[in-house]
Amino acid sequence: MRYVLRKVALFVLTVWAAVTLNFALPRLMPGSPVDAALSKLAATGQQITNAQRKAIEIQLGAPHGSLLGQYWDYLKNIAQLKFGRSYSFPTETVAHTIGKALPWTLVLVGATTIFAFIVGTVLGVYAGWRRGTRADSSVTIGATFFAGVPPFWLGLLLLYALAYKLNWFAIKGGYTPGLTPNLSLSFLSDAAQHSVLPALTLAITTLSGWVFGMRNNMINVLGEDYITFAEANGLRTRTIALLYTARNALLPNVTSFGLSLGAVVGGSVLVESVFSYPGLGNLLYIAVTNHDFPLMQALLLVICLSMLVAIFIVDLLYARLDPRVLR
Amino acid sequence: MSMLTAVPPPTEAPGTRAEITISHGRSVPVPLLFLGRAFRTLWSNGKARIGLCIVGLFILVAIIAPLIAPHSPTATTFTPYSSPNGTNLFGTTGNGQDVFSQMLYGARVSLLVGLSAGLLATFVAVTIGLIAGYRPGPVDEVLSFITNLALVIPAIPLMIILAAYLPNRSVWTIVFVVAFTSWATGARVMRSQASTLRSREFVTSAVFSGERLGRVVFREILPNMTSLVASSFFSAATAAVMAEASLEFLGLGNPNTVSWGTILYYAQQQNALLTGQWVLVFAPGLAIAMLAVSFTLINFGVDALSNPRLREK
Repeated sequence: MRYVLRKVALFVLTVWAAVTLNFALPRLMPGSPVDAALSKLAATGQQITNAQRKAIEIQLGAPHGSLLGQYWDYLKNIAQLKFGRSYSFPTETVAHTIGKALPWTLVLVGATTIFAFIVGTVLGVYAGWRRGTRADSSVTIGATFFAGVPPFWLGLLLLYALAYKLNWFAIKGGYTPGLTPNLSLSFLSDAAQHSVLPALTLAITTLSGWVFGMRNNMINVLGEDYITFAEANGLRTRTIALLYTARNALLPNVTSFGLSLGAVVGGSVLVESVFSYPGLGNLLYIAVTNHDFPLMQALLLVICLSMLVAIFIVDLLYARLDPRVLR
Repeated sequence: MSMLTAVPPPTEAPGTRAEITISHGRSVPVPLLFLGRAFRTLWSNGKARIGLCIVGLFILVAIIAPLIAPHSPTATTFTPYSSPNGTNLFGTTGNGQDVFSQMLYGARVSLLVGLSAGLLATFVAVTIGLIAGYRPGPVDEVLSFITNLALVIPAIPLMIILAAYLPNRSVWTIVFVVAFTSWATGARVMRSQASTLRSREFVTSAVFSGERLGRVVFREILPNMTSLVASSFFSAATAAVMAEASLEFLGLGNPNTVSWGTILYYAQQQNALLTGQWVLVFAPGLAIAMLAVSFTLINFGVDALSNPRLREK
């Protein structure tokens, strides 16, 4: 129980810190993001109402008013999901724009993480168990290479080879233009087909973390006395490898889930912009190229918060994997 | 990358310092002697040797780029969009620049950003990690919280937003942005190592002999963590090379810099893949990957130094 309480307290504290960082960032930056944002918004031809000006000032920093008052307004606005209007998408609120993109990224990142975790862990177990052999070297060298490959570059190459040259996949987007996103089977299969390349790119470039982590843990566990004892007892090799070594090596790898998730989320920003995938990453790219500060700030907050929630859930699940932490 | 050092390795024998003091009498300066020995030890590891060779090659190319580049990297004197040929080995950009010369000069920016952002991030990591590890209690709690916060905030989105806010974009902007977002992993490893070293006898005796705090931390504890420092340096350098390329690819760098990232940026802007100029995309990406891989390979050697279980038989 103490473990759970501590994790909850830490989660709340981290969320508060992330929200505060998001408040502080535009205020610490040189220049005036508010003026830039307002003039951009005016350039799209829409009327700037007082309410819009206020929303942008609350988010990016008002030239007048106390910092504490601004902070309070900012927290109130976030609680009501009021992020103002962006000028990349002037016809809808920022909350609405983000809400449409969020499911795409959640599915992409979620599926990729699970896939990379399974494949990476299996490869890591194999390489660690067969350490020093040719199989180990090929896995290690392959993983090293793909860890160094920029995700957007691999995306471009796959796009060129598999979509442009071989015509196996669609060139861009998350679904065939003209369709309206819904939950029908035909739409889902269309979306799945569009997601294969971005997901594959992300999975390949983030696989290595799991491989290295698992291989190192395997080697460390193999040096433990209980493995020698198991060998001395004449247990079958496979039993030792899977039940004695891999099982214990898996635990530390789960705790590094947060770090790996960060890599996937970061990679998704780059990969989504290459594939024009309709998720948060592509939205961030659009926001940055348009200097759309309100949308940028809201996106950073949403990306951070979704990551914190995911890590929090894994922390809670970890207690089931390793009941020792509950004691 | 961080996975390489996720397991805190067993501490090195604190005998390393004594050897340095013995050899102090000779005319060779201590840091040089130390670097030479570190290099020799790394060289004995197969993977690290390949990494050192590749990095050495890149450094050589960066230094002698003006001598070996066939053309000026910025001159717009060639036929735009030409495919690889005798004059332009890798073809030309849409502005009529020679891509091969740009590739050679581009090594300078990637190395500069990688090494200096790596150094800066490691400096921050060492400072925060050592203080947090040596000062348990409120100082440690606060620093550890900041470190963990920096770890869970995804680096690339934060980097992109920082770079988008900063008005004058030079290579140094990218160095600072990258260093600011990639120190946390190192700091956490450093902290756990420093806190185990804190209770060792040689530290206790240094404290009892009346040495100042700074001396205990930097002269007694730090030398026993050299491999961790090196490993966090190479991890940060790898991250920096990738991050620099990513930011420039997204158009967040200085578009007038000649670097691998900007070659990719222009290639994408001019739809190089659709016009069949795949070399423009392939070459810079491969160079980035090679540099990042060589840093990682060196790190394998460093990891094997500190953790005997990972050593090659």
